[in-house]
Amino acid sequence: MALLDYLLGQKKKKSAGVAKDRLQILLAHERSERKAPEYLPKMREEILQVISKYVQIDQDQLQISIDEANGYEVLELNLVLPEK
Amino acid sequence: MSRVIVVTSGKGGVGKTTTSASISTGLAMKGYKVAVIDFDVGLRNLDLIMGCERRVVYDFVNVVQGEASLKQALIKDKRIDNLYILAASQTRDKDALTQEGVGNVIEALKEDGFDFIICDSPAGIEKGAQLALYFADEAIVVTNPEVSSVRDSDRILGILQAKSKRAESGDTAIVEHLVLTRYNPERVETGEMLSVDDVIGLLSVKLLGVVPESEQVLNASNSGSPVILESGSDAAQAYIDIVDRFLGEEKEHRFLTAEKKGLLKKLFGR
Repeated sequence: MALLDYLLGQKKKKSAGVAKDRLQILLAHERSERKAPEYLPKMREEILQVISKYVQIDQDQLQISIDEANGYEVLELNLVLPEK
Repeated sequence: MSRVIVVTSGKGGVGKTTTSASISTGLAMKGYKVAVIDFDVGLRNLDLIMGCERRVVYDFVNVVQGEASLKQALIKDKRIDNLYILAASQTRDKDALTQEGVGNVIEALKEDGFDFIICDSPAGIEKGAQLALYFADEAIVVTNPEVSSVRDSDRILGILQAKSKRAESGDTAIVEHLVLTRYNPERVETGEMLSVDDVIGLLSVKLLGVVPESEQVLNASNSGSPVILESGSDAAQAYIDIVDRFLGEEKEHRFLTAEKKGLLKKLFGR
């Protein structure tokens, strides 16, 4: 087993593999941003305004994206509320 | 019918101009009438790679602004018939090119019976790069097997699909081709370089060809001769294959694996 771990470990360290993994994540992210509808930034701002009426939040805490999953377009809203 | 081809990449220094020079030379060698246009306003370089830097009298901007006719500005290549170069201007005025002006020049080249109009894009995603790709029917995306180049190529692919004339008018999409340059099969085999399959997978573009890292590319640019003319070199062979494939020929991809040095030396060594 030790030998197997050693071999697998060696494989993982190869920089081309790391490059590929990093690019896969990055490109997927950048493509979804690119495909985002034009109204998204404005909508984000307005949602922020509504939320900040009730809770004090950091502007950067709100993440909004539109993804496609199982043939549906999904509006994803991600916000971490501050600790009380 | 004329085909307008943009050679683009996003990132600089990956081999756009080298590729534009070699592909346009290769197409002209096949008997097609070819114009190659340098869109890099302010940083003219195609003339140097093509070896006609001392024959530039009028440039692309002069034609766009009506200061010279297309006929006056097109530089006829001294080696290959039917090959013409339109140099970029050295002006620092970035707004020297307009969409309408570029469109008129491309239209005039089509009327002149050019089979291929090759647009050598500047690096970046600014106006110059967008104008170079706007009128394209096909795109050759030049990429190095390296993270920043792959990322920038993906960015340019997004622009091709959204901001070209074909995209805006709802016409059939620009045909995209990948040319992977500076490829080093030895380093791919040792896991130090993204493989051609990795890059194809990441960008989802059809591979037109792989150009191996070659000393001949620098030698060719030193002497102002497109590397496709350095017969015998790997890079020239790769570009000849690329031109053949571009014209629809089925050719197996080469230079993807490391040379077996012993055997190769025996066969080709001096």
